[in-house]
Amino acid sequence: MKLKLSINQQFYNTHIDGDESLLDVLRNLGFKSVKKGCDTGACGVCSILINGEPTLSCQFLAARAEGKKITTVEGLGAKADKIVKAIINEGADQCGYCGPSLVLTIYAMKKELKDPTVDKIKHFLAGNLCRCSGYEGQLRGIKKYMGVK
Amino acid sequence: MMNFKEVKHSIPKVDGKGLLTGAHAYTNDLASDNALIIKLLRSPHAFAKIKSIGTKQASNVEGVECILTYKDVPRIPITRAGQGYPEPSPKDKFILDYYVRYIGDEVAIVAATNEKAASDAIKLIEVEYEVLKPVLDFEKAEGNETVIHPESEIYSMFPIGLDAKNNIACSYIDTMIVGDIEKTLKESDFVVSERYYTHAQQQTAMEPHTSSAFIDVQGRLNIFSSTQNPYHTRRIIGEALNKPLRDIRVYKPRIGGGFGAKQQIHNDLFSAIVTLKTGKPSKCFYTRKEVNESTFTRHQMRIDVQLGADKNGNLKAFDMQVLSNTGAYGEHSLTTFMVAGSKLLPMYNKAVALRFEGKVVYTNKCSAGAFRGYGAIQANFAVESAIDELAAKMNIDPVELRLKNCIKEGETSPVFRVMGEGGEGIAQIMDSCKLDHCIKRGKKLIKWKEKFPSTQVSSNKIRSVGAAIAMQGSGIPLLDMGSAVLKLNDDGFFNLLVGATDIGTGSDTVLSQIAAEAIGVPVDRIVITSSDTDTTPYDVGAYASSTTFVSGNAARKAGLNMRVKLIDEAARVLQAVHKDDIVFEDCTFKLKNTDQSITLKDLSEGLYYKYGADMKQLIASGSNTSPKSPPPFMAGFVEIEVDTETGKIDILDYVGVVDCGTPINPNLAKIQVEGGILQGIGMAMFEDVRYSESGQMLTNNLMKYKIPNRKDVKKLTVEFAESYDPAGPYGAKSVGEIGIDTPLAAVANAIYNATGVRIRKLPITPESVLIGINKLKS
Repeated sequence: MKLKLSINQQFYNTHIDGDESLLDVLRNLGFKSVKKGCDTGACGVCSILINGEPTLSCQFLAARAEGKKITTVEGLGAKADKIVKAIINEGADQCGYCGPSLVLTIYAMKKELKDPTVDKIKHFLAGNLCRCSGYEGQLRGIKKYMGVK
Repeated sequence: MMNFKEVKHSIPKVDGKGLLTGAHAYTNDLASDNALIIKLLRSPHAFAKIKSIGTKQASNVEGVECILTYKDVPRIPITRAGQGYPEPSPKDKFILDYYVRYIGDEVAIVAATNEKAASDAIKLIEVEYEVLKPVLDFEKAEGNETVIHPESEIYSMFPIGLDAKNNIACSYIDTMIVGDIEKTLKESDFVVSERYYTHAQQQTAMEPHTSSAFIDVQGRLNIFSSTQNPYHTRRIIGEALNKPLRDIRVYKPRIGGGFGAKQQIHNDLFSAIVTLKTGKPSKCFYTRKEVNESTFTRHQMRIDVQLGADKNGNLKAFDMQVLSNTGAYGEHSLTTFMVAGSKLLPMYNKAVALRFEGKVVYTNKCSAGAFRGYGAIQANFAVESAIDELAAKMNIDPVELRLKNCIKEGETSPVFRVMGEGGEGIAQIMDSCKLDHCIKRGKKLIKWKEKFPSTQVSSNKIRSVGAAIAMQGSGIPLLDMGSAVLKLNDDGFFNLLVGATDIGTGSDTVLSQIAAEAIGVPVDRIVITSSDTDTTPYDVGAYASSTTFVSGNAARKAGLNMRVKLIDEAARVLQAVHKDDIVFEDCTFKLKNTDQSITLKDLSEGLYYKYGADMKQLIASGSNTSPKSPPPFMAGFVEIEVDTETGKIDILDYVGVVDCGTPINPNLAKIQVEGGILQGIGMAMFEDVRYSESGQMLTNNLMKYKIPNRKDVKKLTVEFAESYDPAGPYGAKSVGEIGIDTPLAAVANAIYNATGVRIRKLPITPESVLIGINKLKS
């Protein structure tokens, strides 16, 4: 089927199968920041923003995405800089496979959490798994970025 | 204290920003869009023989280009271990075989122009199996009527105790014996003799294993792979396909986590053979189900520990008898097993009688392989639990018992000489060992004196502390070799080419810092490339905690050699009488006592374009192997809260104090330890590979196999001891594995300190704690 997607404020016309996930379609369109990790919506590395909301693109049918605003980390541009710095200054990026989805989710978290605390941060990011870092270094960076002591 | 300009500084990873902003970096990002998609038909039976296999219908599916069964592939026994050569693992695997030895074993390879066609074709392959009775209980494997490897081709490259008829992949007996263990145990005032079980664990690197292949313009097979060791991969592919190595190139892009999972070779065998058969690019990207069911878990082990001590708290006797489960194939069977002894026995070097023996058996389960900790973590649970059990019998503080008996700086152990990688080892003295400091400092950080053994905080909640200590290695002495090449460019920067493989640890950054320190330039003058069998020099790869120590020394040597060459050239240009008159600092060569100087940029430009007959390319290299493998050490302390009504355990804080020599990049070293600790906590508490009665893995996705998330631990506290090992690059030892070892025993010991329940079988679930509490009550 034909599909018109709004990705990072640009329109893309593509052909898809009705049962294709948004994850596969985005990767086929060249948005390789969107990773595949688990096939069951459990790991978070395929997270993107749909109308600003963190969403697992592996669990989202591409056909349902028409008319919605999709943001991948490629679309954040300079808005990602401070988040990226917060993570890499702690060395907490490690293998980086969960990185783009984490950056996006932190971006959404900053907008949503009016009164951030460590517990709220951990809760918001609980679906973003990382096997390398032990999370503590990421938390050190995220706390600084969010202004949490 | 030494003053360093580049090392011992926390700089961001050289690839960090690129990775976080979505640069095309991993194998799956770089594979050709036209690559054939490879899918595998996998065995539904734990043990079976293929009676017939029909592919006609499947090959009619539109888009299918290639279907391969055991009849279509070379029948050459290999091991997929990806370790040193000659390989210490049994050669017991074919690319495809007419026997399938676990649920998930490969039956057929299908390649098609799209994923759907490949998946559809898989369903249409007709296989008739003769279903055989599997061996699923590793304690019943030896001598079982079922023989898992009846094939005549199985062999080992040197004696490892392989006895396939009895399902024994390897054995190690009558070798690691010092003193008279039975007599010493008999004479001991206190003896602990207990049996411990550790379970299989999934690696769960976030990036599933990926391989892609194509034929280049010279007709050579190129493989892009998520491998931890491109050179071993090249060697094994060559062996399996009977191809000369000159015709194969293996390139490693960025790797999305390894931990040992990607030391073994997996889908490289399939992409290689599909591309060779079809001449077309191909790609194999494993599903998470395939990663869990059909790659490699941690070895399950049964460990019998006997400790004997005199009444003054001196450890005298230390015995371990181990049974290890290697699953269907024997990758790393002997070496993982031996590490269980070689990383634990020397830690308590005051014992006068030592023994370590055991066997590794085949079962019809997912193969076990290399995984961070590699035998040491299993043994650590057993031994460090037993030490606490001994302390309890003696009624003394378990931390004091460790302090009294642990290895100290300047000391040695006979074990280093006896036990090596699958054979004899090499004697070594601990030139750096701050384990005693780590213990004392950790004790302070966790507030042991106030909190040991436990505090009742409410009617059903008890808080307690537990401890364990660990040692690992820094590569394998005189087996691991790493090398580096430095090339000077105009504009005064350097390419650093290394075979070492950054799997997400930050080794590219660490090696760049070391090379920069050695040359005497800022690290931003280094551009690193790792790793490619065509363009980067040999390195064993990322395993055995080798990179910082082994490859780091290679980068240091290359850097020092480059510095000599630079000064030679500067001396010529500046017409210095003696080379010693050249001072190189701030990227400028100055002639002492004159105002003459030349910048590195100008010198490099001259060497490229202006010096006529003296124009040249400066290249320096360094190779390194070492008779030493200075162990990193760690003391781990946990504070937990146990709910005595439910058995639930909360981790409140985990303190790790680590001696890894000089941390080359303290931030990256810290994350290595923190990540290791959390993987260890996961294994201790809930990560568990479970099977059905028929041998079907039940925990085959991330819904059913839970790894720790951000909320599972309240706090991690990691510190480094001030330490310097003279054999390491700028005093560094390795740090990749040491973090993972202690949590199993530390948590188990804390549970005991809270409740009196001694858990000797992992994982430590709320159920097992509650059952223990109820048993104690009755």
